[in-house]
Amino acid sequence: MGLNVSNLTIARGGIKVLEGLNLSLAAGQALVLRGPNGVGKTTLLRTIAGLQPPLEGDITADPETMVYAGHADGLKPTLTVEENLHFWASVFATSNIDAAIEAFQLDALRTRPAGALSAGQKRRLGLARLLVTGRPIWILDEPTVSLDVDAVKMFAETVRRHLGQGGSALIATHIDLGLPDAQILDVGPYRARAMDPDDFDEAFL
Amino acid sequence: MIALLTRDLKLAMRAGGGFGLGLAFFLIVVTLVPFGVGPQSGLLSKIAPGILWLGALLACLLSLDRIFALDWEDGSLDLLATSPLPMEGIVTVKALAHWLTTGLPLVLAAPLFGLLLSLPPTGYAPLVLSLLLGTPALSVIGTFGAALTVGLKRGGLLLSLLVLPLYVPTLIFGAEMARRGVEGQDTTTPLLMLAGITCGTIALLPFASAAVLKVNLR
Repeated sequence: MGLNVSNLTIARGGIKVLEGLNLSLAAGQALVLRGPNGVGKTTLLRTIAGLQPPLEGDITADPETMVYAGHADGLKPTLTVEENLHFWASVFATSNIDAAIEAFQLDALRTRPAGALSAGQKRRLGLARLLVTGRPIWILDEPTVSLDVDAVKMFAETVRRHLGQGGSALIATHIDLGLPDAQILDVGPYRARAMDPDDFDEAFL
Repeated sequence: MIALLTRDLKLAMRAGGGFGLGLAFFLIVVTLVPFGVGPQSGLLSKIAPGILWLGALLACLLSLDRIFALDWEDGSLDLLATSPLPMEGIVTVKALAHWLTTGLPLVLAAPLFGLLLSLPPTGYAPLVLSLLLGTPALSVIGTFGAALTVGLKRGGLLLSLLVLPLYVPTLIFGAEMARRGVEGQDTTTPLLMLAGITCGTIALLPFASAAVLKVNLR
């Protein structure tokens, strides 16, 4: 179990964003992706999660070991907190949602419709989904958006516990999560070179 | 899969889920027709099979853009695509949920609406049977259209333009079967054609829908 990415080139909307990227993630490890807005972190995570194919390069990981959490939480506003989690639990063929509810302190909100939650509470519920899937490799895109300081600590604690149980996490974030053992990868240097204007003309000749 | 089906049915029943919307639309279309063509019951009973089929088709169309649009907006579609469920299974379940919330109520309500259009007594059984056989094809084809237009802002009109031509064979044979039933003729040929179209779309289109959905999620 693990994730290996070698010589990866990815594109968004037909334009190369990152090229020649290598990374590897072993069990128990966390890797934090950094880089300015628009550099291609989300595209990288979506490619690794299997939502889009890479232009070049290899991703060796069993898709059945990964769970992806993007900018949107995938919650249904008319379903309650419990119903949302139960749904994802049965999609991933697990059944226990109590640990997830406890980890993100959602106990008081169990029967509240997700549409009535605040932005931070919704995000906590979205992150709780990771725990009910029971999958070892977490691929997280900006997981701490709209979380308050306590909730960020709650999240960091959950990630630490997950790593302790042999899981791993690939996280794109701009803030310091307080994970001392996490490796940091700045994707800025892998930015794809802009097309040379001279070559551009030649392409039409 | 069953979890996805029960979730979709639950969502349809709750506030803003759109259950019954198609049915209400169907009712309004059917009640408006006598106002449009006048109250001659002879004329009405003649055009009733066609009107009922057209109404059912438009009612189906009305709720198509909800199939994937809501899941796409809140990010669940990305999460479902990365879940253990196969994409072909997801689109099949989505089509089934659409049929159960839109097609099946139309089939069940059709005899009542036939009454409003003074459908002759011999016409009821063939009408219900033709709708029962034809509406699953409408849902499956519509799911394909919804998969094609997912992610487009206000893609509803484009969806109608894409899907309506694909509905033509179902409409021709469905309405033909209902019409023959009204006139007391043999309905075997249109019945077999309708059933064939439905079976063909159910067998093939989920693969096409899954493929275009994967492309649209990139």
